[in-house]
Amino acid sequence: MSALSLKKGASRKSAYDLKNPLGDLVETHTIAILVDNEAGVLARVIGLFAGRGYNIESLTVAEVDHTGHLSRITIVTTGTPAVIEQIKAQVGRIVPVHEVHDLTVQGPSVERELAMLKVSGKGVDRVEAMRLADIFRASVVDTTLESFVFEITGTPDKIDAFVDLMRPLGLTEIARTGVAAMLRGA
Amino acid sequence: MTRQMTGAQMVIQALKDQGVDVVFGYPGGAVLPIYDEIFQQNDIRHILVRHEQGATHAAEGYARSTGKPGVVLVTSGPGATNAVTGMTDALMDSIPMIVLTGQVPTFMIGTDAFQEADTVGITRPCSKHNWLVKDTDKLAETIHQAFHVATSGRPGPVLVDIPKDVQFATGTYNAPRKANLGHYQPQVKGDIAAITAMVEAIEQAERPIFYTGGGVINSGTGACQLLRELVDGTGFPITSTLMGLGAYPASGKNWLGMLGMHGTYEANLAMHGCDLMINIGARFDDRITGRIEDFSPNSKKIHIDIDASSINKVIQVDLPILGDVGHVLEDVLKIWKSRGRKTKSDAIAKWWGQVNEWQAVKCLTYENSDKVIKPQYALQRLQALTEGMDRYITTEVGQHQMWAAQFLGFEDPHRWMTSGGLGTMGYGLPASVGVQIAHPDSLVINVAGEASWLMNMQEMGTAAQYRLPVKQFIMNNERLGMVRQWQELLHGERYSHTWSEALPDFVKLAEAFGGKGIRCSDPADLDDAIREMIAYDGPVVFDCRIEKHENCFPMIPSGKPHNEMLMGNDSTEGVIQSGGAVLV
Repeated sequence: MSALSLKKGASRKSAYDLKNPLGDLVETHTIAILVDNEAGVLARVIGLFAGRGYNIESLTVAEVDHTGHLSRITIVTTGTPAVIEQIKAQVGRIVPVHEVHDLTVQGPSVERELAMLKVSGKGVDRVEAMRLADIFRASVVDTTLESFVFEITGTPDKIDAFVDLMRPLGLTEIARTGVAAMLRGA
Repeated sequence: MTRQMTGAQMVIQALKDQGVDVVFGYPGGAVLPIYDEIFQQNDIRHILVRHEQGATHAAEGYARSTGKPGVVLVTSGPGATNAVTGMTDALMDSIPMIVLTGQVPTFMIGTDAFQEADTVGITRPCSKHNWLVKDTDKLAETIHQAFHVATSGRPGPVLVDIPKDVQFATGTYNAPRKANLGHYQPQVKGDIAAITAMVEAIEQAERPIFYTGGGVINSGTGACQLLRELVDGTGFPITSTLMGLGAYPASGKNWLGMLGMHGTYEANLAMHGCDLMINIGARFDDRITGRIEDFSPNSKKIHIDIDASSINKVIQVDLPILGDVGHVLEDVLKIWKSRGRKTKSDAIAKWWGQVNEWQAVKCLTYENSDKVIKPQYALQRLQALTEGMDRYITTEVGQHQMWAAQFLGFEDPHRWMTSGGLGTMGYGLPASVGVQIAHPDSLVINVAGEASWLMNMQEMGTAAQYRLPVKQFIMNNERLGMVRQWQELLHGERYSHTWSEALPDFVKLAEAFGGKGIRCSDPADLDDAIREMIAYDGPVVFDCRIEKHENCFPMIPSGKPHNEMLMGNDSTEGVIQSGGAVLV
């Protein structure tokens, strides 16, 4: 070996060879965050996720209380139970954050997402697309002789299923809002 | 009190109303209106640093030594980016700091204007919170909010970015008591049921240990008093992190010394072998825990912290108590006393027997020399010759910092200023400036390494300008000693870029800055040289030439548990395996 050979127990193993301590037991949680609607607040929340290596599966945000200047951020995230707890604690200490709710733990909750799908085609495919849309209770919000724009609301799973069915029928464009969620009951 | 004034006047008024007496800063184009107001008043003293990073560390030194927030004023663009290191340092070590930055006028934001930077964007992850103020009417309230956020809950740095047109414009000033501080009100009282469970654990513990951190010091001198009362009352042994030194006196009979990577043998083995660990205001940092899976395997763990995100982040604990250390300890003592001050005294005595055996190992023993100054010896003499003095210590980062923690004793809180979490070389000199500004008649010593010291040596100019008698005790081994030590243990003794070549003549350098230079390389001359340093009324650079290849022990190698410590050079062969080598 050359002068570069390693001594004293060191090796060429990289950090990526280490067993990931957060490996197993990944759960998906939907977290609702009530924040002051001020400049940069969304950047604070998503910057925290990026900086600490947390996942964002879906994100929605809009003002929900105009007079109180409050916005609601709904984040679907994945992680081990310990990571999910850390996410909630970390988000909770951001100064403009008022409330953090884990809808998956506090549940049961209802989750809805809205999607728009543009499907282009003629003849049999066009008829089949329309028939499937009917089954999924998607509505047509725009049409030309060669295309539909469908609007569909439902759980992310339902939208995934509809998207898969539309793909061979001429699906050309998808827009999804991400999940909005709320606890059931009063 | 509401009245009309310019934004620049509001800044000064708000600082006065917040009780600020000192601002560390550096002027520039985007803060000229504020500097104009500073010129026209005498209530707030402005300390002109030589680099904005120096301003932040000086403010940290001021804050840590007084318990009050430190205030920094810098210009836009490079002024703000230079403050980033100090802000990150303050965030990691939970130091209250308010940074005021100038910004280009609101109508030029986003145009890549001269000295424009996205300051709130850049500092978002390195501040507790920050604000860009676009309306003069909101400026005063924002500054009051900034002080509230910086000093409430877990303290930290905040930044207020003030565009130049906002400084010139006139608006309504709101006094602090009229300001809306928002909903941010961290919980300070602990849950009484949890505190009662903690008292029960204290009553039943057979091998307990207190593991305390910077949170005790941040909670205030009252919290430190309560801690002392609890430790002395229960008779439990106590260890502390680097950040927590001084909360319990080093001369106290229950003191085991610092724990962690370069902590004492007795502290680390007691942590490993305890049946009850009471973490008060510490955060299970990786320098403390070593290998997580083997960290104190048989203990029940209690964690008192004001920051919910610190609990169960690294180590799962059995009993979390969310709240301020002072408030929680007050309740703990009250309940423990009301239940009859019980402990298992026989078991505790037996535990002390074990701890005393570990102490008898005398892990800080080193081989002294009469030819060359050993760093440990230098610090022992510094300790002996300054004992009982009104003394404040700052440090840089590296071996000297660990030796200082091992060999200097701290009897009180707020006497020890060091960069713990971030490990910022260049912290100590500007921090010593900030401490000396706060305590003009005290002895302020920066224990330094020559490489760290060079990183912010321009602040000698600040020390000279304000006639600050700061003592720069540089332990000069012409090496980046700690990195060199790791290369020896981990990288086959290939000392890649860890020697200090072309060093300046520190004596001449001191004189060039208008201070005094002292050089010492003979152990026999050391005491006289240290006395000369202490006696001199002005800034001193002490070039203490020490042994070049001394390693810092004890040491828990990366990836090892507490009970696998290295005690000296003879035990280092092949100690760090591949898994540990990738850790820092």
